[in-house]
Amino acid sequence: MKTETSRYASMWVQVFAATALLMFGAVQAQTAEPSILSGDQLAHASGEQIFRHICQGCHMPDARGSTGAGNYPALANDPNLASAQFMAAVVLNGRRDMPSFVVRHDLHGFEAMVRVGLDDVQIADVVNYVRSHFGNHYTDKLSAADVAAMHASKKESP
Amino acid sequence: MSDEQMRFSASRRDVLRMIGLSAGGAAMYQAMTALGFAAESRYKGPVDLGGVPKGASVLILGAGMAGMTAAYELRNAGYKVQVLEYNNRPGGRNWSLRGGDTFTEMGGATQHCEFAKGLYINPGPWRLPHHHQNMLHYCQMLGIQLEPFVQVNYNACLHSEHAFGGKPQRYRAYNADYRGMVSELLAKSIEQHGLDAPLTTEDRDKLLTSLQGWGFLDNKYRYARGESSSATRGYDRDPGGGLSGKPVPSQPLSPQDVLRSQLWQTLFISDLYEFQTTLFQPVGGMGRIGEAFGKKLDGLIQYNAKVTRIAQDEHGVTAHYEDARHPGTARQARADWCICTIPLSILSQIPMNVGNAMTAAIAAVPYAASTKIGLQFKRRFWEQDEHIYGGITYTDLPIFNISYPSSGFFDRGPGVLLGAYNWGPAAFQFAALSPAQRVKEAVRLGNQIHPQYEKEFQNGVAVAWHRSPFTMGCFGEWTEDSRDKHYDNLCQIDGRIALAGEHASYLPAWQEGAVTSALDAIGRVHARAVAGGKA
Repeated sequence: MKTETSRYASMWVQVFAATALLMFGAVQAQTAEPSILSGDQLAHASGEQIFRHICQGCHMPDARGSTGAGNYPALANDPNLASAQFMAAVVLNGRRDMPSFVVRHDLHGFEAMVRVGLDDVQIADVVNYVRSHFGNHYTDKLSAADVAAMHASKKESP
Repeated sequence: MSDEQMRFSASRRDVLRMIGLSAGGAAMYQAMTALGFAAESRYKGPVDLGGVPKGASVLILGAGMAGMTAAYELRNAGYKVQVLEYNNRPGGRNWSLRGGDTFTEMGGATQHCEFAKGLYINPGPWRLPHHHQNMLHYCQMLGIQLEPFVQVNYNACLHSEHAFGGKPQRYRAYNADYRGMVSELLAKSIEQHGLDAPLTTEDRDKLLTSLQGWGFLDNKYRYARGESSSATRGYDRDPGGGLSGKPVPSQPLSPQDVLRSQLWQTLFISDLYEFQTTLFQPVGGMGRIGEAFGKKLDGLIQYNAKVTRIAQDEHGVTAHYEDARHPGTARQARADWCICTIPLSILSQIPMNVGNAMTAAIAAVPYAASTKIGLQFKRRFWEQDEHIYGGITYTDLPIFNISYPSSGFFDRGPGVLLGAYNWGPAAFQFAALSPAQRVKEAVRLGNQIHPQYEKEFQNGVAVAWHRSPFTMGCFGEWTEDSRDKHYDNLCQIDGRIALAGEHASYLPAWQEGAVTSALDAIGRVHARAVAGGKA
C-alpha cells in the first residue's frame, strides 16, 4: 500500500512540476501575476511572491495572523522577527503545525508531494521581505550563505 | 479446480487442522492469514468495556468522529461522559456544506453556500471504503443510509494540458490502450523467445493466452483497430439494431502516444486498496454521520467551547475553556480521565502538563494543505452531454480532480460537482487566495476540460483547510522519520490523558483512522480505570 501510494504520488509531483510551467507561461504574458504559480515558477519565486502565494495562506495578506481554535502568529510588528536567524530557522525546520520549507531530495511519494521546497536564496529573500514590510523596518539583511550555514545544525532537529 | 489444485488445497487444510488442534484458535487464525485464507479485519465487533468503576468519568475534547466514538462507547459502558467541542455543530471534518450554510474561515471571510436544495459538497472526507468496517458499523448503528460512491468511471477522463492538444481522454480508451500495448509487447517477446523468465513451454502458452485476454489482442496477438480492441476501448459507432446497427471500431492510440502523454501517471490510482470498489457515501452528504452521532449524544456535548488549557493531577484532568463566541468567559470541566482529540495543529498551542515525550510528539507533526471546491452548474452537462455518471476525472492542472456527483442521476435541475481537490504546492496557493478567487480559478481551469463550465456555472464554495478554524490544516502529515521517533509516544497514555484522532493512526486523513484510534485509546484507558485508577 505504502509503495503504491508513493509511486503514484511521485508521479503527480513530476507532472505538476513539469506541466504547470508551460501552462502558466502563457497566462503570465497576459497578466502581471498568475493566481497559482507552477512548480517551476515557485522554484524561482521572489520573496514577495513566496509571501503572496504561500505564507499569506495562514499568516494572512496583511501579515497580522489570525485566530481560530488556535492562532497563526502575526508577522507584522512581531518582536520575534528581530532575529532573522530565528525566522529562517522556522522556515527551514518548520514549527509545530507549520511545515518545514527546506528542499528535500531524500523524500519520495506522498511525503514529497505534500511539500513546498524553498532554496537558501528564497528563504533569505522571504525573510528579508517580511522583515522590511508590514510595518517591520529591520535593515539588516539575511544572505543565502547565512541560511546555508544553518543547514548543518538543522539535521539533528526533529 | 484442477486435480492438482484440489490436492494442494486439501493438504493445506490438513496442515491448518493440525495447527488448530495443537495450538488453539488464535494460531489457526494466524496461520490462515499467512496462507492468504483470511484477511485481517480491524473490526472487532461491538465494544465491550465491562466493570466500570462506580462514578468514573471521562472528559472528551472534540466532537469529531474520534471524540464521538469515544463518548458513545464510554457512555454506554457506564462512564460519566462530557464532551467539549469548538464548533457549534458535531462532526468536525465529517461535514457537508449545503445551500443556506455559511462558513467563516480564518482571516474572517464568510462564504454563504447558495447550492440548490439537496445539493452539497463534503469539504472533508467523502468516501467510505468497503473495508473500513468500523465506519460502516457506526453508520449502521446510527441508521445512516448509504449509497454507492462511484470511484472508477470508465467514461470519465484523464487529462493533461500537454497531451493530445489538451483534449481529455476517456479512461476506458486510454486504459485499454495501455494494457493492449503492454500485452502485445510481452506476447511478441514470448513468441520470439525473447522473454528471459523461468517458464516452461506450458506456462508460456498459458501466459500468451492470458495476455490475449487481458490486453484484448486479436488472434495474432496484435492490439490493433478491430473487433477485439473496440470490445474494450469502445467504438467510433456503437453497435445497434437493424440495418444501421453495424459497429465501427475505433483506432487505438499509438504506443508512443500512450507513453509520451504520461496519462499513465493517474491511471492506477483506483487500484489502491482504499479506492477499490465498492465504496459508499451517506445519502445527503458525509455530514449526515456527524449530525446523527451528535443527536445520539444529545446533552453530552458542550458546543462553542474553546479549550485554552489542560491540566492533570493525580486524581483527574481539568480542561479550561471559554465560549468561542465570547472570549474571556473562563469555564472549567473536570473528569477522572481525558480523551483528547484536538488536532495537533491546535493542541501544540494549548498548555498541557504531559511528559516531554508526548509534548515532543505533539509538536512534531505539521498539517497538510488541501483544498476542496464545490461548483454548482445550471444543469448536469457532464451527464447530459458526455454521459459521465459519477466518478473522477484526473488532471495535471492545479485542481487535480473533478468529481461528478454519485447521486441524483438524470436530475433536470442544477447539479454540483467537486471542481477541485488538491494538495501540496497547489493547495498552499489556493489557501492564499480569497474564497471568491479560489472559485474563479477552479472555473477557469476546469473550463479547459469541460468547455460548458463558462456558460453553465452558477456559484461555488471553496474550503482551503489551512483556513479552517477548527483544524488549521487538513490532516497530520507524518513522515517515516517522525513516525519512528514520535508515533508511539503520541499514542501512549500520559497520566490520565490519551490522544485520539486520525493523527493518532496509520490511516492519516481517513475517518476509519480516527475511529480505530478512539477505540484503541478507550480500551487502554478503561483497563487503567478498572485496575484501580492508578495513572
